[in-house]
Parts: sequence; C-alpha cells; structure tokens
Amino acid sequence: MNTATPLGYLDSAGTRADAILPLTWYMLIVSILVCVIIGWILVRALRRSRANGGDEETRAVAVEEGPSGTHWIRNGLLISSVPLLVALVWTMVTLAAVSGPPARPALTLDVVGHQWWWEVTYDGTPAAHTFTTANEIHIPVGQRVLVRLHGADVIHSFWVPKLSGKTDTIPGQTNLSWLEARVPGVYTGPCSEYCGEQHAHMMVQVVAQSSAQFDQWFAQQLQPATAPTDSASERGAALFEYRCGACHQIRGTQAGAHAGPDLSHIAGRRTLAAGLLPNTPGTLAAWIENAHGLKPGNQMPNQNLTGGELMDVIAYLELQR
Amino acid sequence: MKSADLRIPVVGADSIAHQSRLLELWEGKPGLAGFFGSVDHKHIGVRYIVTAFVFLVLGGLEALAMRLQLAGPDRALLTPAQYDQLFSTHGMTMIFLYASPVLSGFSNYLWPLLLGSRDMAFPRLNAFGYWVYLASGIFLYVGFLTGNGPNDGWFNYVPYASAAYNPGLNEDFYSLGMVFLGISTSVGAANFIVTAFRTRAPGMSLDRLPILVWGTLTASVANLIVVPAVSLAFLMLWMDRQFGTQFFNTVGGGQPLLWQHLFWIFGHPWVYAIVLPAMGMVSDGLPVFCRRPLVGYSLVAVSTVATMILGFGVWVHHMFATGLPGIGMSFFSAASIAITLPSAVAVFAWLATIRLGKPVITTAFLFFASMILLFVIGGVSGFMTASVPVDWQLTDTYFVVAHLHYVLIGINVFPVVGAIYFWFPKMRGRLLDEKLGRWNFWTMFIGFNLCFLPMHLTGLLGMPRRVYTYAPEMGWTTLNLITSIGAFVFAIGVLLLFVNIARSWSKGKIASANPWDAPTLEWSVSSPPPPYNFALIPKVASRHPLWEGRLPAPERSSLDRGLLLDSGKETIGSTALDAHADMILEMPEDSLAPLFLSLGLAGAFAGLILKLWVVTAIFGVVLAMALLWWLWPRRALREREPAHG
Repeated sequence: MNTATPLGYLDSAGTRADAILPLTWYMLIVSILVCVIIGWILVRALRRSRANGGDEETRAVAVEEGPSGTHWIRNGLLISSVPLLVALVWTMVTLAAVSGPPARPALTLDVVGHQWWWEVTYDGTPAAHTFTTANEIHIPVGQRVLVRLHGADVIHSFWVPKLSGKTDTIPGQTNLSWLEARVPGVYTGPCSEYCGEQHAHMMVQVVAQSSAQFDQWFAQQLQPATAPTDSASERGAALFEYRCGACHQIRGTQAGAHAGPDLSHIAGRRTLAAGLLPNTPGTLAAWIENAHGLKPGNQMPNQNLTGGELMDVIAYLELQR
Repeated sequence: MKSADLRIPVVGADSIAHQSRLLELWEGKPGLAGFFGSVDHKHIGVRYIVTAFVFLVLGGLEALAMRLQLAGPDRALLTPAQYDQLFSTHGMTMIFLYASPVLSGFSNYLWPLLLGSRDMAFPRLNAFGYWVYLASGIFLYVGFLTGNGPNDGWFNYVPYASAAYNPGLNEDFYSLGMVFLGISTSVGAANFIVTAFRTRAPGMSLDRLPILVWGTLTASVANLIVVPAVSLAFLMLWMDRQFGTQFFNTVGGGQPLLWQHLFWIFGHPWVYAIVLPAMGMVSDGLPVFCRRPLVGYSLVAVSTVATMILGFGVWVHHMFATGLPGIGMSFFSAASIAITLPSAVAVFAWLATIRLGKPVITTAFLFFASMILLFVIGGVSGFMTASVPVDWQLTDTYFVVAHLHYVLIGINVFPVVGAIYFWFPKMRGRLLDEKLGRWNFWTMFIGFNLCFLPMHLTGLLGMPRRVYTYAPEMGWTTLNLITSIGAFVFAIGVLLLFVNIARSWSKGKIASANPWDAPTLEWSVSSPPPPYNFALIPKVASRHPLWEGRLPAPERSSLDRGLLLDSGKETIGSTALDAHADMILEMPEDSLAPLFLSLGLAGAFAGLILKLWVVTAIFGVVLAMALLWWLWPRRALREREPAHG
C-alpha cells in the first residue's frame, strides 16, 4: 500500500478495486496514446505552415480546393472504434464482476451518512451481536462484507478508494456496496458527494485485520461500558450522561440518544470527528472545547464546560476502550 | 407582413442612393432611446459577448480565490461557507452566464451576416432575450453579493438544496434566477431556429450553411427540448421550499433522484449546446488559415446533429454511483462511449484540413488549432468516465474537474478567443495586434495546461471535488500548488486579451472588408457592416461565395446584383430546405417594449424572492402592458407600403 497517497486508487488493496484497476489502466493508456498521437499529427501538420504572421501573410497564400481528405475521417473512425469496442466489452465484463453484492457475505453492515459523520451498525446474529459505532469500520481480511447504505439527511457517497468505488447514500433508498480487503491495513474513505460545509471532513476509516484480531475487536465492542474507576471519572460519567447524553450513546449507561455518533468504546478509535483529528486525550479535549473552531458548521453544541469538568469527562471517556 | 406578401421584390444593382435610402430605414436613433430600444442583431450580439465576458471575469476571480485557498493544505483564507458559495457561483457563472451567452452573442452577431440577411427573424424577441439574460444575471449576482449565492454546486442536489438543510435565501435566488434565465435561453433558441430555416438568402440551401450555423441550430433545438426540464425542476424546488410541496421530499413520497434525472437530462445536452457552436467556429475559421475548404463538410455537419441526438441518451453517466440497476447503466455507458465517434469526425476533419492545406500561423489559427488537442484531452477523459466501473473511482474527484475544464475551456473559451481574433476586425473595423496576440495565446495555453493537466493526477490520487481544504498527509500538496500557479498564469493570459482589445480598439490596423480573404458572406460587407448588413440580398450558389473562381464551382453567387428591398425595413423570407425566396419579411422598428417587458419580469421575480406578492402583481401589470404595447398592430408599418409598391 502506497502510504504517500492514502486515497490514490491506482494501487488497490481490495477485490472490488482490484477488478476495476486493469480496465482503468487500459483506458488511461489508450487515452494518453490518443493524445500523443493526435498531438504528433497536429505538430507535424503545423510544421508544414507556409507563413507565420497576420492578415497580410494569410491573404498572400492562394486558396486551393486541395484533395478531399475524407479518407482521414473514415480511417480515423475505423481505427478509433477498435479501442472503443474493447473498452465497451471490458466495461460490461467488469461491471458484471463487481456490481453484484455477495450472496453470502461474511458480515453485513448498515452504514448511514450523516452531516458530517458515518454511522456504522454491525448486523450480527444473534441480535445481541448487533451494535453501532461511528466513522470506523473493522473488517476481516479476505472476506466479503456487504454494506447497506442509507441516507439520513442529505446525499453522501461511500467510497474507500483502495477497496471499492463509490456508492451514494440517498434518503429514501437503500444502496448496496461491498468490501473485501486483500491486504491488512487502514484504508481511508472520504465522503465523495458534496454534502455541505464539512464535506471536506467526513472520512471513514476501514481497518482490515486478520480474523483473530477482528474477532477480538468485535468481542470488545460487545462489552458494556467501563464503569468509572475514580472520583474524576465518576464525575465525568455523571456529566456525560447529563450533558452529552442528550445526543450521544454509550451502551450500558443512561446516555442513550442517537442524534450524534455512538461513543461506546470511543477511546479505542483511531480518529475523532470523522477523521479530522487523531484520537488522543488532548485532541478529545480540544474537540469538546472548540468543535466549531475545528470543524465550522458541525452540529455539536458548545457545552461550555469548566476546565475541571472537561478533565473529568475526558477521564471517563478514556476508560471506554 | 401580409400586405407585403404579394409584392414582387425588385432585383437591381447597388448605388449610393440605394444605400442612403437603406441607411435611413435601418439606422437606429441616437441617444438613450436608441441605445435601449435597439433591435439590431449586431448591437445585441456585441452586448451578449461583452456581458458574457464580464461574467467570465467574475467567475475567474472566484476561481482565483478558490485556488488561493487550495494552494496549500489546511489553509484558512476562506471559511467553508464562503468556499461553498464561491464554487457554486463559479459553476453557475461560467456555465450559465458565460459559456452559453457568449456563443449566443457570436451567433446573434454573425448569423444574419452569414446567411445573407438583414436581421434575425424576430429582432424584438432577440432584444428581449438579451435583456432577460442581463436581468437574470444581475438577479443571481444580487443574491451572491448579499451573501445569498447558491451554495449547493451548480448541480444543486436535493435534499441539501431543500429548506430543511438550506434555510437561507441562497437556493431561492438560484431557483428563481434559473427559471428567469430559462426564458432568455428559450426565446433565443426559438429565434435561432426560425432564423435558420426562414431568413436565408436565396440559394443558401442547407448544405451550404456554415458549420457555426449547424452548431447553433442544433444547440437551439436541444435547448428548446431540455431547458423546460431544468426550469421545471427549479420551479418544483422553489415550491418545495416555499409552499411545502413534496416533489423531492421522501417524507411526502417524493424522490431526491427525480431532481438528478431532471437536472442531468437538461445538463448533459446543455454541455453539447455550449460546445457545438464553438466547434462550428473552429470548423469555419480554421480552413480560412489553411487556405482550403473544410475536409468532410457534410460529415461534420451530420456529426454535429448526431452528437446531439446521442447527447440526449447519456445523462445517467452523471448518476452511475446512485445505485441504479446495472442493465440500465450499461445502456448509458455504451451511449457515452459511442458518442466519442461523432466527436472524432470533427477532430479528424480539422486535422486533415491542416495537413492537406497550407496553414498560415496567426493568433486566431493558434487558438483554433490548439483547441483540437485540448478537445482530444477532454474527450478521452470523458471516455474514461463513460465506463461505469472506472467512473465509480473517477467520479467526484479532481479527475472530473480536469475533464470538464478541458471540455469547457478547451472547446469553448479557446475557440471563443480565436473567434475574437478572427471576427473582431469585422465587428470593429480594426485588427487585433498579432504580436500581443502570440503572447496572449502562449500565456493562456501554458497557464491552462499547467493548471489543469496535473489535476488529472490529483484526481487519480483521490482528491474529492468541492472540498474547501485538505490535509498535508494526503499527498496532494505539490500538485495543488502547481494548479494554483497555472490558474494565475492563465488569468494573466486572459488579461492580455483585454489589453489587446483595449489597444486595438482605436489604434489597431484598419481592416478591409475581408482581411483574411475568407469565403463566407459576412466578409463581403464592409467592416464594420452597415446597419442593414447587405445593400443587396445576394443570391448564393455555393458554400464559399467569396472563393468562387478559385475553387471548382459550376455556378457563381450573385453579390453585386440582388434583391433591393428598400421600400421599408425589409429582408427576404425563404423556404426551409432549398432557400427559395418566398416572402418579403417586414422587420420591426427599434422598440423599448422588450426592455420594459424584461423590467416587468425582473420586478415580478424580485417580488417572488421577497415574497411580496403585491410587488409581483404590480410588475405583472407592467409586464402585461409592455406585452400589449409590443403586440399592438402598427399602422405606420403598413402605410409605408403603397408609397413604393
């Protein structure tokens, strides 16, 4: 995986993106060749110019009927239609290969695009294995994961360049996509349909890991909230339930609202605010204090916590691994 | 018109007396009333071009502000909200207020001159079309300048454009402004179609039309078909926002995708409508500098029409990621790949014309010839996005931004600037400076490619469109800096065009009637042309009336003997296919009615945006009275007839 360009899709790491890549290269190379050839013909034709000047130089060259030249058009069309036809057939073949969702997926996810974060629900069997998280998707390497895409507010588009092409999340309909990572790694996906002020900061992270690691993560997510361990986190828990709990959920506590991202096991996530910040106690505090400075337009209201209250909330949230 | 039907038009030769009689009939009044009342297609054409260039400059400044913001990662020159209004307004401005009107301007100016006629078929409607364009442009910019510019992209997807997510006036300005502007586009298109089929000089059969006429005619037919779709969509959006209708709201049984279908069934043919006339300019201008006729005239004309017909069947390629069924998408994918072929016809025709001709390098020629390469680059990137699976990666990245700018700047701006170098001498009577022209061309060409060629790579590296900033670790920093530098170089190139025009306006070399020794009728009249265009309506016998004698042609056009038509403000009406003269058309005098009708409309729309229904009602009365004044039968027009009959 090319870490220099985390969103570049010319080096893929997933089955679906892999299948598209040869066709992309074919079309890219044909396109570049066409430009080079046409450019070469043009430059050669221009080198035959009789004069370089203005109106006098133009008038000085006599007008002539010249050869008809329609064979240029005929031959040009004939030659062009060959790579076009190849592209057409290849497109249909690739489309058939990648469009159908897997019949028996190893895992099924419901992903909802919100302004400006991703809600992710693991549709587990039994029902007790169903849980919700945000902005971070863990998948086992080498297994097909079905992604059901739903719209909550405006249109967004789910795209993990190195794993799979785009599919929109549209209110009122459910679209299907699927992921299968070939190589373990962390793959970033930006929202790719304009959705308002913070369209630029709406990243989902896909963590592809071995089955064992995935199972461990999955089991961890099913754990209830970690109880406060000291007086600071105790005050923090109370503050969270009272203030943050109006919008957020931490499973197993009084905080059970769904307006904002589910924060169960928040401390175990890699990023905050849909990929805007790395997740550390410091950035978490900065985010709660100054969400609107960091991500103008976002919907989290300022809580006006005192310095001490903030420390308490952080102490509590850092327990939620 | 009726009283003139039975009169046999007199064929004669030109004379000073004849010309002064025509001048008296055709020359506009001096002063403000003359300025605002003019229905002369040449005045209207120039107004369209100048206004379009004002909008080009505004849209360009918006682009430069965005390029400053994106020149480096995490820059905070603009707030996200400002950035969103800038990119939306930039798109709206360039696509709706520059690209289409500038071509309407050239076609308005040139068509009657190309067709051997004295004006467009409906001169007052023509003036009305311009005033509505100006008024709706100002209307949209009043929104922008008061902080209420569009903020959902030019494509304006719902639900983000709906009142729930976009409560300000932004989308109301955009919706109503687009409905308003649609009136201008529609009446302009109707006027072009009737002009093309009814006002050609005798003998100018369809197979003798300049390709520019084919291009604008095709675009006009498309506009008449598709503009209603977008006007309807914007009206429905406005009603959803203001009156609680549920066309696009899922809660009430509406469908967000309905917007996308209505928008793109308009939007994609529209793309062809803003390039086909420009391609026509190249098809007509390029051969002049190759000193030979265009290779494959008939094929190019037919492919112009074929492009548009296929163009009606490709709109879904803007929606490949919306979850539509695969079978349906395959059809649109195939159509989008197939549309490459008619476009390729023009490319090979131009290449062959240069290769088999004797090219003379002038500034106009450089703009036309370089457009071929830019067209091909924009074409092949379009071919890539036509493939559904590939598009799932490419769409909504900077690759598409690169693609659409190669198409719109490459196939619209470059030919338009070439056309200015080519036709400015006709319009102004003076040539633009060729030396400054070379600087102009090379600065624009290098700046453009520096700006937009690296953008393909930015897109392949995954940068999404419409983001107000990006993080340094994404690997897009250097490419974005190059693009920003290129944007400023390109802007300097455009500035050089204005410098050249300003310098040559009154100091440029005097142009003869036909400075380029070009073949078409506009070059047979003086530069600038007299108000009546042609003292004698010519009889056309070939595609290249001014090159006859030098090209093998069995018949000669008659330019020094023709229809006098000097018993009133008249021109000739002819049959649709073969252009046999069949009617004398009486042309209207200058009139202030179109201006007042437009003002009435502008006031009515202002009332709608402010929800002051009384204002709308009052201006509705103004509108009705202006219409009544316009349509009132004119006794004066009829009474002049017997005097000469």
